[in-house]
Parts: sequence; structure tokens; C-alpha cells
Amino acid sequence: MNDFITLNHGSGGRASQDLIKNIFIKSFGDNKTVLSDSAILNIPEDRIAFTTDSFVIDPIFFPGGDIGKLAVCGTVNDLAVSGAVPKYITASFILEEGLPVKDLKQIVNSMAEQAKIANVKIVAGDTKVVHKGKCDKIFINTTGIGVFEKDYSYISTGEKVQINDKIIINGFLGDHSVAVLDARNEMDLKSNVESDCACLNELIQNALKADMRIKFMRDVTRGGLATVLNELAEIINYGIELDEKNIPVRESVNGLCEILGFDPLYLANEGKVLMIVNAEDTNNVIKILQKNSLGVESKIIGEIVSDHPKIVVGKTKIGGKRIIDMLQGEQLPRIC
Amino acid sequence: MKFIDEYRDFEIVQNISKKLREYDREISIMEVCGGHTMAIHRFGIPSLLPENIKLISGPGCPVCVSGIGFIDNAIECSKINDVIITTYGDLIRVPGSKSSLEKEKSRGADIRIVYSALEALEIARSEKNKKVIFLGIGFETTAPGTAVTIQKAYNESISNFYLLSTHKIMPPVMEALLNDKVKIDGFICPGHVSTITGSGIYDFIPEKYKIACVVTGFEPTDLMQSIYMLAKQINSIDQKVEIQYSRAVVKQGNIKAQNIMNEVFETRDDNWRGIGVIPNSGLKLKEKYKSFDAELVFDVKVSSVKENTACICGQILRGLKTPKDCKLFGMVCSPENPVGACMVSNEGACHAYYKYRNYE
Repeated sequence: MNDFITLNHGSGGRASQDLIKNIFIKSFGDNKTVLSDSAILNIPEDRIAFTTDSFVIDPIFFPGGDIGKLAVCGTVNDLAVSGAVPKYITASFILEEGLPVKDLKQIVNSMAEQAKIANVKIVAGDTKVVHKGKCDKIFINTTGIGVFEKDYSYISTGEKVQINDKIIINGFLGDHSVAVLDARNEMDLKSNVESDCACLNELIQNALKADMRIKFMRDVTRGGLATVLNELAEIINYGIELDEKNIPVRESVNGLCEILGFDPLYLANEGKVLMIVNAEDTNNVIKILQKNSLGVESKIIGEIVSDHPKIVVGKTKIGGKRIIDMLQGEQLPRIC
Repeated sequence: MKFIDEYRDFEIVQNISKKLREYDREISIMEVCGGHTMAIHRFGIPSLLPENIKLISGPGCPVCVSGIGFIDNAIECSKINDVIITTYGDLIRVPGSKSSLEKEKSRGADIRIVYSALEALEIARSEKNKKVIFLGIGFETTAPGTAVTIQKAYNESISNFYLLSTHKIMPPVMEALLNDKVKIDGFICPGHVSTITGSGIYDFIPEKYKIACVVTGFEPTDLMQSIYMLAKQINSIDQKVEIQYSRAVVKQGNIKAQNIMNEVFETRDDNWRGIGVIPNSGLKLKEKYKSFDAELVFDVKVSSVKENTACICGQILRGLKTPKDCKLFGMVCSPENPVGACMVSNEGACHAYYKYRNYE
């Protein structure tokens, strides 16, 4: 095989076949894999979760992950926060002519590794190659299917959320944004923060299986915590109050935010879930989350209130109050 | 976090908040600097003040007061062959009369965000076949950085670097406000500007107008302490310039930075959006450096345009009205779709009000 991707790899002919066999099947498939036009899945349930996402992050390798890991985690997490158990994923690649094959291999390997961790199968895929300059190295689309072990459809709609329910986050905010910013190396600032990119399905299933009354979940990605909470406030017709002093943010992330004028509440994450939980179950949920390595820093950060419907209010560290609005404009482009 | 948490101490802030209630006279304090407007709302300072203390936002957001003409000029420059526009990120979304730099960028103009003027000069060094124009904006805080860059370009005989300047200085506009009808009892004076200029530039304010001044830092304890210092001064007969931000500001300022500014720039009459022309309030390159002046090199002057008549940015910038008084605020005019300049930049009064609408 060549050291670099050429247009020929997307031709559909011999070179394409070689690429599929030597890279994709080698990582994603098993010995029995037969190439056909579609994967045949056996899904007994009558209700499935179905999602899709595209990944264009720049740079493609960053501290704590790469575009491949992100592409699997992102789709797994979208399924998991709906209360579904992720089962199958498809992966489509748009490659830029000239991409080093070793980079592609590394990306595909980390996709396979994450799929294994998340216990999902990558069952179908596609590859296209475009002329140099027509895309930036590699873009990936993943689509996923998950199944429900119980009817959790209320988790996506937020219909069961009540006043006094507590808001939980499973750890430090903003690590992903800062890691990507670091990797871009545009500002001679080094934070040594790694992206939190991770598959959250096991963490979430642990809490669901313990019959905890989790009423709403979202993964906190682009737009950050502030945006997710505003989306929720819009749906539920109650107010949301955040206690800013309890929101976990690493010191180095805070420091960078101070220098650059960012607010950690608006930074992107790739391994964070926001849960709205019945007040009585809150401590148990925290205990369950903290047993998982992805939930050690879980915290209660606020609650649902009857005041100021549809508005998110933050109690600031100095005891003041402010409205936390949705993200306006783009804080950092191409973060996932 | 060290050097941050100390200045965000709950107890200290609450104590000052209590002490402020010693004074019951109605007073209006203007924060001149956009950075202060931002910090005040970000930390919820208004919710900690007694009702008799009113904060009003002044003309200290450079993007807001520079206005449409500057953006239109930059856009015209971006259409010239082989020109690279380099700009601070704040300007990219600012609407001109017909377009914005962001829109022009999506149409193919070469517009790049930089974090300093020196970064723009570096682009000029590495892309010698292009003409690099830096959009110089800001008060005395950013002007020295621009001046150093121009000096370097001059010393290295770099011939493809230009400055489109809308740099402005602070004292003339403060005096203009005092000569206007604005009711101001005290100024929260800019912190970063004062690191360069020193606090001496405000001496005329208590001397001539008997108005209290406190040079202030940007953290909650800074702001609360300053408001307390101002309340105390206003309730006494002795008006003066005090420095609260003493960890960064001294009376004489940064002499080296002042010298570089004076070497490169001279003042000119300048137009402030919503306020009008203020004598000797803007900065332009001196004769010696005129080969770097984009206004002289590229003939792109566009005629001034009319603004939306319902927009009250001008009165907001003069502290006569607040964003809440504007019919357009939050309805037609929002950060996503700004009509007036105060809604555009993070530091604009309307933007800050919109983002952190005081929770009462």
C-alpha cells in the first residue's frame, strides 16, 4: 500500500478494496466478514434510538484523543443519553488526497478500540477521497442504533422534570475545548489538559439499572453547559438555578479562560453528561457515578425552581445573581 | 486559583455590600470601560448594590464607538487584490452598512484573526507578495502595541504592512460627557488604560468638575471596593482621583509605553458613534510613518451612512439611557442580529445587558 491516500483509493476499484480490507476490515471486522451492500441487523425491540453525527475537528490528533475516538464516542453518547444501549454504528469517511495512511490507521484503530470499550459493533461504512484542498485531511460521519431495555422516551423529552429535582454533572467542564486549543498551538499557551472524550454508556447504564429516577439527560457538547440548560429550561417551563461555586472546572482551564475571556460554562465537552434527578435519589446517583472512572468528580450543581420560568440563573461565587444565556455565535470553530 | 480567588471572595464582597448601605443618597456612577461593564454583569454586581446606587455604562467599548464607517472601510480594503486583513476577533461580526468582515470572509476575502499587531506583522514578513492591513482599534491599552509594531516595521523597512487606525484616547470623551447633560456623580475609571497612562490623566475631572474618580480593577472585590470608595467620596466634600487598582496602576503610568505612543501617533479630531466629533480624541500615524497609513495608501473612503433612527446607542453611550429604554432591545436587536453597535461587541452595554440581564 502507498504511504499516502490517493484519489485511486476512492475509485471503487482495486485500491479501494485494498484500503477496505487492510485498514477498515482489519480493525472493525472479524475473519468471517463478507463485504455486501448493507449490514443485516437483528433487532428484536420495536423501539430503537437512531442518531447521526459528523466530525470535522481540527487538529485531527489532540491530547486525549483523535477524530476517530471522537466519532465513536460522540454517537455512542448521543444514544446513551437517550437511555438507549448503543449497539451498532456505521462509519463514513471523506479523505483528502495526501492523507498519510499511517494517520488513517491510527484513527481507525482508535475507533475500533472505543467501539470495543463501548461494546458496539461497527457494521457498515463508506470511503470517498477528494482532491487535495477540497476537505481538511479527514472528515468522518458516524450513525448509530441503540436499543431500549425499558421505555425511557421521557428522558429525551424532559416531560417528568419537576421543581426541586437536582442537576448533576459527572466531572470537570471545558477540558475538551482547552485540549483542542492547546493542540492548535496558536497562542503559545500550554495547559497540559487532556480532552475528556469518552464513551459514557456504561456510566449512564449503571445509574439507570439501579432504578434511579433520572428524568432528563443530555451530553454537554458544543455550546457547553449553559446552552444545554437553556434548551432544557425552554422545554420544561420551570426555572433553573445553578450554584456556580459547585461547578467543577480545573484550575488550568479556569486560568486559560481568564486569559482568553472564555466562560467555562460555554466550553465544549466530549465526555460529560448532565442529569436531572429526583432529589431523593441524588446522593445515590452521585455514589453510583463516582464508582466509575468517568464520574469520580460528579457534583450536584443546581436545581429546578419555580421562580423565573424558562430562565437559567447562576448564583455567582460572590453571592450575586446573573442570567446565564445560550451561547451567542461561535466560541471556537471546528471543535468536534 | 491564585491571584483570582482572593479577588472573588464571598465574605469580602458581602461585607462591602453591607457597608454600602451606610450611604442613602441617590448616586449615579459611570463605568467608562467596556471591560468593567462586562465584569459587572458577569458577577452580578448590580444585585449586590443598594437601590440608591445606579451604575451607568459609558463609551468605553472601542468597537461600539468606532462604528460603521470604520468597518465599511475595512470591508472595502478586503476587496482589493492581494490584501490580507488582520483583525482582533471582536471586529469580525460587527455589521457595517451592508456587510460584515465575517460575511466577506465567507465570500472569499482573506481576513485573519490575530491576537496582537505583532502577529499581523509576522504575516507580512512571511507573505511578502501580499499587502497586510492591520485594523488598529482600542484606547491607550492597545495603542502602544500597535505603535511598537509600526516602529518595528519601520526599522525593518517592511513595505507590505499597513495600519487602518481607529485608535482613540479616553480623557477627551470623559470631558465631553461632563460637558453634556449626563448626570454623573463619580467615574469608575478604566483599569487597563490607566496602567499605560497613569491616573494623572483624570486629575482635571475632580479639579474642574468636582467629580469623584477611582481607577478600578476588574475583579468583583475591585469593583465593590471602588464603588464604596466612590460612595464615600461623593458623600464628602473632597473629590479626587484615587487608585483602587494599585497592584497594576501608578500615577505616572508606563512611561516607556507612553513614549512609544507619542513617537508614532498624533491626535486628530475623531468621530465617536452616537456622540459626534470630539477634538483631539483619535490617534493617527505621524508624518514619519505615513507610508504605513492604510487610509493614505488605499483610496477606499466610503461615505457615512445613516443608522436606524429607532436605535438609541448614542444616548446609551452617553449614559442618558439604558438598553432597557430601547424599543429595539431584545426584539429587533440582539447579539445574533445586532442593529446598533452596543449590541455587537462583548463589551457593549446592550450586549452585556442582553447576556446577563440583571436578575431581580
